[in-house]
Parts: sequence; C-alpha cells; structure tokens
Amino acid sequence: MEAQQNGTNPAVQKLKEWNASAVAQVIEFRGETTVVVPRQHLLGAAELLADEPSLRFSFLSDLSAVDRFPLEPRFEVNYHLLSIEKRLRLRLKVKLSTADPVVHSVTQIWPTANWHEREVFDMFGILFEAHPDLRRILMPDDWEGHPLRKDYPTEGYR
Amino acid sequence: MDKLDSAKIPPASTAVEPAAPLERTMVLNMGPQHPSTHGVLRVILELDGETVLKADPIIGYLHTGIEKSCESKTYSQAITLTDRIDYLAPLSNNLGYCLAVEKLLGIDIPKRAQYIRVLLTELTRIASHLVWLGTHAIDLGAMSVFLYGFREREEIMKIFEYVSGQRMMTSYFRIGGLALEPPPGWLDRVKRVVDSLPGHIDEYEDLLTNNRIWIARTKGIGLLSADDAIAMGVSGPLLRASGVAYDVRKAFPYSSYDEFDFNIQTQTGGDCYARYLVRIAEIRESIKIVKQAMAKVPAEGPFRAEVQGIIPPSREEMKTSIEGLIYHFKIFTEGFAPPPGEVYQVIESPRGELGVYVASDGSPKPYRVKFRTPSFINLQSLPKLAVGRLIADVVACIGTTDIVLGEVDR
Repeated sequence: MEAQQNGTNPAVQKLKEWNASAVAQVIEFRGETTVVVPRQHLLGAAELLADEPSLRFSFLSDLSAVDRFPLEPRFEVNYHLLSIEKRLRLRLKVKLSTADPVVHSVTQIWPTANWHEREVFDMFGILFEAHPDLRRILMPDDWEGHPLRKDYPTEGYR
Repeated sequence: MDKLDSAKIPPASTAVEPAAPLERTMVLNMGPQHPSTHGVLRVILELDGETVLKADPIIGYLHTGIEKSCESKTYSQAITLTDRIDYLAPLSNNLGYCLAVEKLLGIDIPKRAQYIRVLLTELTRIASHLVWLGTHAIDLGAMSVFLYGFREREEIMKIFEYVSGQRMMTSYFRIGGLALEPPPGWLDRVKRVVDSLPGHIDEYEDLLTNNRIWIARTKGIGLLSADDAIAMGVSGPLLRASGVAYDVRKAFPYSSYDEFDFNIQTQTGGDCYARYLVRIAEIRESIKIVKQAMAKVPAEGPFRAEVQGIIPPSREEMKTSIEGLIYHFKIFTEGFAPPPGEVYQVIESPRGELGVYVASDGSPKPYRVKFRTPSFINLQSLPKLAVGRLIADVVACIGTTDIVLGEVDR
C-alpha cells in the first residue's frame, strides 16, 4: 500500500520487464495505479500478475466497463486486481473500439470473472472470447439493447 | 389477417430445459418467490433424488438500474440511491460512495465526522448480522432466535432514526462529512444498546452454538476452501470462515479504522457453522469498536469539512455572508465538478468487500458509477456450496451466504 502511494507500484516494473509493449500507458491518480494494456497482451499480463510470486494478484476484486461514447476507442474495460498477501491494488485497463468490442475472457485465471463478464456483456454489449457461458445476467434474455451504453436513453419508452 | 395457427406460435421462452426422458434426474425451480431465498432469487436445481447435481442461480428480478440512474444525478443526489442497494446496511453504502467521491475530490474529513461514521457503520454491521442470524435460524427451523434478533435490531434502528431521521434509508453520510449535527444525548442511547448487547449475544449462543439440531444442519454443510474462495472472489465473513484473514478495515484502513483496536475473526472450518461463529464474533468485535468510538468522538467540533464550492456552508454562514449564500445556491442547483479521473474505493460492508468505482469527466454528474457489491460475487459461489448436498442444505447454503437481493441486482 505504501509503495502505491509513492507512485511506484512494483507491478508496473514487472510488467515492463516481461514485455515493454504490454504497458501502453501508466496513470497515477489519487494513489491508484492504472496500467493501460493493449488487448492482445491482456491475457498474458493477467497471468503474469496472478502467478508472479512477488505480486500474487490472486483476487479479482472487480471487472467493469465505461462507455466513452462518442470518443474512439469507445469502451474501457477495467480490471481491479487485489493482492491479499502483498496488500496491493492495481487497475488494468483495456480499450476497445465500437466496431470490434471483443476481449479475451479472464475466467480461466480468475473464475470470479464469470458473472462480472456476463454483466459487462449484458450492460455494454462487450463480448468476451472463450467465456464458458456468455448470456445476459440482469436483464431478461429477450431484452434489446445494452442499458449502460451512453446512447441508451435513461427515461421514456422505445 | 392470417388465421391464427397454433403451430406458428413460438413456445413460451423458459430457461428450464426439461431433462432427457431416460435420465432419472429432475429439474426443480426454487423461487423466485420462496421464503428462504430472502428476496427474489430463483435457483434452478437439477436433482438426483434429493441430491443436488447442478444449481444455477437466476438473478435480475430486482434490477432497478441504480448505476444508470446515478449518471443523471449530481454527486450529492446519488447518495440517496446508495441506500437502496443494500437495504440492510444503508450506512455502509453511504460511506463507500462518499469516500469514493471524497477521494476523487481529494478532501480530508474532520476526525469527529470520521469517528461518528465508524460508530454508525459498526452499528449497521451489528444490525445486519442480527437480521442474518434471525433469518438464517428461521430457515433452519429455530424460530425464537429470529424474534430475539429483531428485538435488538429494533433498538439500533431507533438510534438511526434519532440521529438521521430515518430508520432505514438514512442518507446520513454526505460528501465531506455528515448531513447534520447528531442530536443531543444520542451517545447515551448508543451506550444503552451496546451495554445490553453482549448479554443478548450470549442468549443467542445459548440457543444455537451447542444446539444439536443447529450443528447437524450447519456443520460440514456448504464447504468452501480458502483457494476456492479467493478464486471465486468471495469476501467478508465467508472468506474469513475459510481461514483467510482479510478484512479491508485492516488491510486498507479508511475513515481512521487504523486507530481502533480490534481483531480479524477467522475460522478454518469453511462450512456454515464456521460462518455462524465468525459473524457472532464479528458482532462482539463491532461492539468493541463502537465503545472505542464513543470514547473518541469529541462532543463538539465540525461535522463536515469546509471546502468552498463543494461542501455546503454552515447555516450560520449561509444566512450572514453573501459568499455563503452564493455557494449554498450553486451547490444545491448545479452541484460541484470534481477533476476528471477515476477512483476505486473499497470498504468492508457487513457482507464483504464493497467497492465503489467513480469516473468523472469534470462535469457535476458522475460519468460512471459502479458498485462492486459483495452479495453479487458471493452468490456466484452458491453452486460450489450446494452441489452434492441435499435440497434442505440448499436453504442453509443460501442463508449462510447472507445475500441481499437488492445488492445482487442493483
């Protein structure tokens, strides 16, 4: 935790050592570290962070998305990782375009991602490759549209 | 118009797939209206006799789009929505959201407000655990604990009503501190309740801890190993009953929790009985924290921070200075605009790790609010707890996860 406040999250260094192109951007804000990871490196980076003995990000606290409509790339998927042993937190961020909102599922690394990814699919229409059971979770099965997208109206009838 | 042809009408959509005729399993639909699902949870069970082969929780019946609604409210207005996420622990949700926005703004809260926040959230934890204890016991056939538990909870509810004006939807924590100065004599009421509570907890333990039926219904039921719990993202008493000593209050202290002396309660059983013991012990720890907080809370002092343009000025200032009046007007009409950025604030709610993600785009309304609700994640582990057990144990497994469906569906 202290390391995070000093702006030197050890995970950033490890990721850079592993593959410099896997770290597109590092953002420090209010003591939180965000690492923007290109989509193709997400799975590798996640595996490294979960297995690396000096980090052990074995707990996926949260997985959610943000719609930056009408900007491109439109979607941001945030992975909030927690290392219970090292008391570290880290946010991984993957940016996805409107035309191709697909990212690989992390359920094989953190099984808890199953419902999180179903919720993100339900609310944003982002697809997760190799997800074991990708169907709607909160909205009815026959619902049209994805409610948390910014171009989805808050009120009224469609 | 075409003649109505019954063959063309598609069959009604249903998620229950009938079992193949030759297999001797049965599909049973439990819920959404079922007394032991604590709300509207539907579980599709595949049974071999009375043994559960597969359990599939279906959720979303209480989905009200709280996260979407937050995006069209100002930061302060959204507090009222957080009450309604987890209606058994509204103050915990208030706290998580307020801390997240305060982190986004980068403001410090007066110590007095921090201690009062700790005191009230610990009372919330006690009240929530009492509801859990009562309903879990009634599910398993012990009626009297329910009646006793609600008797004590009512006393805590009265404190909330006295302090905030509301029993349940308190909205008492505001960005920057508290909504109002606590009324005179409120600490005496708190003292009366926490002094009587330990004796009542002993009564519950007399009824349950060594009760043969209680042990038969909970011991060895709903096993969850530490590795599975971490992999499934399970948190709170469930995780601690599996032997993982992780408590946000200790690991990432917020609101001055580092100044309080308390222990993380763990058990190694990983079953329903271990979770019962953990929650009972947590009530006792919370009483300890409340007593310390009562000693720490200064009788006088500011109950919210003073930041011009963000925190409403005091009544006195609003009535006597022109700046105060202008800021008051602007805060309540336009709101305030935090700098662009994103934060993720985690607190320990009665049910586990409650995370609040707030993204700002520099406007007076949050761009995105996401609640990482512990019930949602903990419920995901239900199939792990229930598969291989009998139908009657499913009730124990649902009860022991302590879900609040409002929090699952948001």
